[in-house]
Order: sequence, then structure tokens, then C-alpha cells
Amino acid sequence: MIPYLLRRAGQSLVTLVLVSVVVFLGVRALPGDPALAMAGETPDPQLVAAIRHQYGFDQSLPVQYWKFVSSAVTGNFGISSRTGMSVTHSILSAAPVTVELALLSLLLATLIGIGAGVAAAVRRGRPTEWLANAVALLGLSVPSFWLGMVLVLAFAVAIPLFAASGFVPISADPLDNLHRMALPALVLGSGMAAVVMRQTRSSMLESLSADYVRTARAKGLARRQVVYGHALRNSLITVTTVLGLQLGQLISGAVVTEQIFVLPGFGKLTLDAVTNRDYATIQGVVLCTATAYILVNLLVDVLYSAIDPRIRIGGAA
Amino acid sequence: MTPTPSGGPEPVLTVDGLTVSFRSRYGSVQAVDGISYELAPGEVLAVVGESGCGKSVTSMAVLGLLPPTAHTTGSIRFADGRGGTRELLGADERTLGSVRGKEIAMIFQEPMTSLNPVLTVGRQIAEVLRRHQGLNRAQARARAVELLGLVGIPAPDRRVDEYPHQLSGGMRQRVMIAIAVACDPRVLIADEPTTALDVTVQAGILDVLRNLREQLGTAIVLITHDLGVVADIADRVLVMYAGRAVEQGTVQEVFAEPRHPYTRGLLDAVLRPGTRPEGGRLREIPGVVPRLTDSPDVCTFAPRCDRADERCTALRPALDTAAHAAACWHPLAGAAAPAPSEATR
Repeated sequence: MIPYLLRRAGQSLVTLVLVSVVVFLGVRALPGDPALAMAGETPDPQLVAAIRHQYGFDQSLPVQYWKFVSSAVTGNFGISSRTGMSVTHSILSAAPVTVELALLSLLLATLIGIGAGVAAAVRRGRPTEWLANAVALLGLSVPSFWLGMVLVLAFAVAIPLFAASGFVPISADPLDNLHRMALPALVLGSGMAAVVMRQTRSSMLESLSADYVRTARAKGLARRQVVYGHALRNSLITVTTVLGLQLGQLISGAVVTEQIFVLPGFGKLTLDAVTNRDYATIQGVVLCTATAYILVNLLVDVLYSAIDPRIRIGGAA
Repeated sequence: MTPTPSGGPEPVLTVDGLTVSFRSRYGSVQAVDGISYELAPGEVLAVVGESGCGKSVTSMAVLGLLPPTAHTTGSIRFADGRGGTRELLGADERTLGSVRGKEIAMIFQEPMTSLNPVLTVGRQIAEVLRRHQGLNRAQARARAVELLGLVGIPAPDRRVDEYPHQLSGGMRQRVMIAIAVACDPRVLIADEPTTALDVTVQAGILDVLRNLREQLGTAIVLITHDLGVVADIADRVLVMYAGRAVEQGTVQEVFAEPRHPYTRGLLDAVLRPGTRPEGGRLREIPGVVPRLTDSPDVCTFAPRCDRADERCTALRPALDTAAHAAACWHPLAGAAAPAPSEATR
């Protein structure tokens, strides 16, 4: 296990270096000049030059890259050219919003998706399956901005169960926090639930026709035990893959959903940074989400070995 | 030990006129067409025939394990030896759940895929003990270790925590047997238990089955196409062809004096040590097994039989269940022709 984790850490480091190069060059390849953006409507050439000098944009690319990377490893992503504040600070204040939103949506997607997927597979060819398939197709096809607005109209305006916007930290007021996070989590979770449901259904159909399920039935086990103890255990591996990929996407921020519900998460941070040519913030956010993505994938791989004993981590036995 | 099918002890399993048909996109397929047999306590009955003749479908029907597309008629009765008899065909899941794994257990052809890959073998044995004997976790585990030892697995206290992929094919089949015999079932259905295994491993598995019969008195239905296995372990034989029973009798009777031309053909297709087949080649049965969409009132073997005449293609021969008999209008070795089919239909 330890050698495996070390090897994975090495691979991840290479990935992060590549990500840092790509994002560094990528933002600089974008049309537009951050110094001009900051200098206002009628830029004074001297002011522009001063800004360039202040943020180091007048230095050569290798020097700029080295400065970016050498301070990034200490957790310092520089100063935002948009707000003039520390990028690390903006990331740390946006992270709780995005992480909570991601985990809540994941929880909803897991509960609804796996539940509906199992029901659809077990009741194959019966109304339950048609209903589950139809709802899943709806969940996949409905755009999140539309669903978000409909949910706001229904459950925040017509029946005011939930709040439509804003964020309150969970540490400040847990109830108000959930009150505000419920609808955005439902919007993100329903799309994911549809994907998870379809994956669970197809992988359960495969498991249910496997020989070991026949053995389990021949033992006289209760139906519940056959379905959950035998078939679902074997289906979880593909479902876990899907959940991992989805969680990775969620962490990079749900731009549209955060915009609708006015949540100050990664999505909003990225959008603001890109429109303002805020190099330091873009670089910081992308590096952080890439790291999170790598960690989630590592977690998924470790989970595989917990679910399926045939996957031996570290090449032992 | 050769109990007679009638007049002996009360049969533990009685299959009576079982038919199984499957609905498919291309219409209905008749997989089993009027199979009847009785299994005495402690008896080993071999069901033989080519692939696709309905052997496995018959045994799956006994435990209600057929897919929902199967349509069954007839009767399958199980006697629990305490005076109770249960009808299994069409029984609800509750009744079947109390019989499966406890009174009638089954082992399957593919030990590689019949065990759940993500659960330890100990857990898979313990499950059936906890379900039927109400043992707690620790008791079930201890008993699982005992059972692994009983079926001849070395170091059972270590193996109990291993996963199927860590065991060889023969070991896995032994684990399947341990699961099957965990609750001392009255009947064990073994569906091609040795087919996927090496010859040396086969002998070991057959030894385990033989010991079970001798020590626990378990009656065994052995489904196989391997006549060597039949000769080795079985008391009685039922030969199936295209979903129908064509001959039955004791192993000695059927092997020494086959009456149905199909049985004769099966025996001729086996290479025996110390003998040379005529012309240096094994004889094969010409033609292929028909795919039946219904139950025609003819002998379905007639198109492949060199003894067939008009009668064979006009009337269905019946099988006498009393003694050594063949469902044939022109049986070998001078036996009397059976009564016309009206008697059994």
C-alpha cells in the first residue's frame, strides 16, 4: 500500500507540473492584456507600464513561471490583479461553498441514483423500470439553469420552503446553511442521479444474471440479501467510478448553478477571474481543482480495492 | 445399494410429467417434455444426455430457479422425511426459500463463476448456516471451517478468510459442495460438477460426493454427459434426448444392455480402455438434435435412427417407469415394445 501511494504521489506531481505549465501558458495566450484591463477606459501608457512592472508581466515567461511555481508550492498564489487581495485567501473562502455543494449533491445523487437503479434492474420490464428510465432521461435532458429557475419558482417563491440565494457558512448557522444549499444541491444532484441511476441499472442487470446470484438464490437467501448483499456489492465498482468522475467535475465548480443561486464558490471565482484577465486567480483555482481531482481519483482507486478483493493494491500476493 | 423406484422406501423427490417451455422472440421452445423420475433416499441418480437436452433445465425447475420466461407444467414433490410433502412447482418464494439450500441443495458446473468474487468463502458458507440454522456469526464461522475440512480443503482455518480468486478450480468446487451440504440436505443436485475440472481433480470431487452419500445419506441427482462418471458413482440412470426421457434403469442394466438406440449410440461414442473401436474410429450418432417448438406425437430420435420405420414417425413411444425400460418402438435386446403414448399423455 505504501509503495503504491508513493508511486501515485510521483505520478500526481508530474501531472500537476504539466497542469501548471498549461494553465500558465493558456491564460497568457488569451486575447486581452490584464494591465490594460486594470488601467481603465483611457489607459495612460505610464500607468500601464507601472502595473506591468508591479505584477511582473514585463519579465520573461520563464522568470514569471518560476515565480508562480516557487511561491505556489508554499501555498501562495500571488495577488489578484482584480481585487488586489491574496488569491489564496479568495480560494480558501470559496472552497467551503464548493466542497459543501459537491458533497451534498453527491449524497443526493448516490441515494437517489443507486436506489432507483437497483429498483429499475430488479423490476425489469415492469412499470417501475419505465418510470425510472423516463425520469432519468428527463434528469439528463433538462438543463440545470432551467431546473434551477423552476425549483426557485416552486419551492422558494410559490411554496417558500427554501431560500433562493446566498450562502451562510455551516459553522455560523447549520439550519440556515441547509435552507440555502438544498435547492442548488438538488439541481446538481438530480443530473448526477440520472447518470448514476443508468449506470447502476445496467451494471445490476449484469450482476443479477451472474452465476453467483443463481448460487445465492439456490442457497435460499432472502431476495433482499441476494440483491443487496450479492448483486449490488459487485455492481458498486462501476458505480464508484462514475461517482468519482462526477465528484471531480463538481469540485471544479458548478458555474451555472452557482450563478443562479448567487453562491460564492469556485465557479463564480473562475468566471470573474477569466472575464477580468486575472492571471493569478485563474492559475490558483486551476491548480487547486486539479489537485482535488487527483485526490478524488486516488480515493476512488483505494475504494476499488476495498470493494473488490481481486484488485490488489501494491502488487501484494 | 440399488433401491427400486417403486415398492422401496418413500421417494424423497418425485418429478411427475414435468414440461418446461420458454417463450422467445422466435416463438416457444420446448426444453423439457414430460420428464418423470423418483429419487429414493440415499440414491444416486444420474441424468445423462447431450448438451441442450434439458438436463439442467429439469434440475433448475426443481428449485424454482428458471427465468420468468419459462412456462412449466407437471409436478415436483419433495418429501421431508418427517411425513410432510411439499409441491415445489409453482410454489411461492417463501416455500422455495425454506427448501433451497436446506432440504435440496445444488452445485453448479462452473466453480469459477458460481462463487461471489467479492465475498470470502467463509462468509459464503456462513450465510447459508445463518439463514437456515440461525447460527450467530462466530458459530457459523466455526462451522464453516469444519465444513471446509469435511470437503477436503487443507488448512481450512486459513482458507476460510480467502476469496474465491485465491483458490484453484477444484478447491472452489469443494467450497461449493461445502455450501451445498452445510445444512445436511436430503437431496443434492449436482449439475455437471466435474466438467470444468482436470481429470485428477474430478476424481477427488467424486470421492467427496461418494462420502457424503455414505456418511450423511444424501440422495444425489447427478447431471452429466460423462458416462465414466456415471459408471463410477451412480445407482440408476435416466437418459434424456431432446427434452424427453428415452431410457432408464440401473447402471448395470443400462450399460450392459442398452435398449434405446440413442443410449447405444452414446455408449458407442465413448472410448473404452483395452478395446479398439471398429475401423479404428469411434462411432458417432449421425444428424443433429432437433430444436423442438412443440411436443410432437412421434419419436423425436427417429430421423437419426437406423431402426426407424413409419410407426416411429406416427406415434410417440412412452417410457415405462417401473424397471429398465426404453421409450422406443424397436428396442434393442428383444424387450417388448411399450404401450402407445395415450397411456402416459
